[in-house]
Amino acid sequence: MTVSDIRQILKAQVYCEGDPDREVHTACGSDMMSDVLAFVKDQSVLLTGLINPQVVRTAEMMDMVCIVFVRGKRPDDTIIELAEERGIALLSTPYRLFTACGLLYEHGLRGGCEAP
Amino acid sequence: MNILQMSYEVPGDDFTHAGEASSATKRALKKLGISPAVVRNVAIAMYEGEINMVIHAGGGHIDLSVTPDAVTMVLTDHGPGIPDVEKAMQNGWSTASAEVRSMGFGAGMGLPNMKKYTDEMHIDTEVGRGTTITMTVYLNKA
Repeated sequence: MTVSDIRQILKAQVYCEGDPDREVHTACGSDMMSDVLAFVKDQSVLLTGLINPQVVRTAEMMDMVCIVFVRGKRPDDTIIELAEERGIALLSTPYRLFTACGLLYEHGLRGGCEAP
Repeated sequence: MNILQMSYEVPGDDFTHAGEASSATKRALKKLGISPAVVRNVAIAMYEGEINMVIHAGGGHIDLSVTPDAVTMVLTDHGPGIPDVEKAMQNGWSTASAEVRSMGFGAGMGLPNMKKYTDEMHIDTEVGRGTTITMTVYLNKA
């Protein structure tokens, strides 16, 4: 799945393009950034209802390639600029967190930290 | 022998700019050609520490040094100190305010994450005086 596929599946608006052809291997849905920071994943997308610059910082530290804001939330200019500097794609989907995660799961994306 | 030495002032109560030291560190370590996994571990640990300084201690100071063997971070603040380090090291234990939680932190994962991503971590803290956390990540793990 690519960033561009995620945009289509989630009917998302693009606020920062990043690299649309970049492959995404795993996903994480959370509003708590320390929970996101607790599990390293490979080429991951972050879905969140939280909207502040620390979401981009968290994604940056984790080498994540894409952030999806749920429930149609729009990032402000500070957030967009930070994402542009770091080459991280920023999308906004009208779906809620649970539904957005479910749609990506249905299309084959996984969490990358399966239960034992 | 130090390959790189950097230090940062972390401003207190400036949530928007929190993480800039970790971000600059991450870019500097990448430039040195250090493996992405090690760079990420250092960045995550420092970022959690930096956020802690901003939300609990009114800011602080970070010294970073890189030798051929290890990356060492020393985070110093003059905040309230940690009354019970053992408790603070438990997953989910937090004293963060509702405001901090609404910003996505204060889940009680900060110190445990810092320990998880580093090879050595030492906490020197005194209530009323402040906290110094020293963390080391080795570059060449056997």
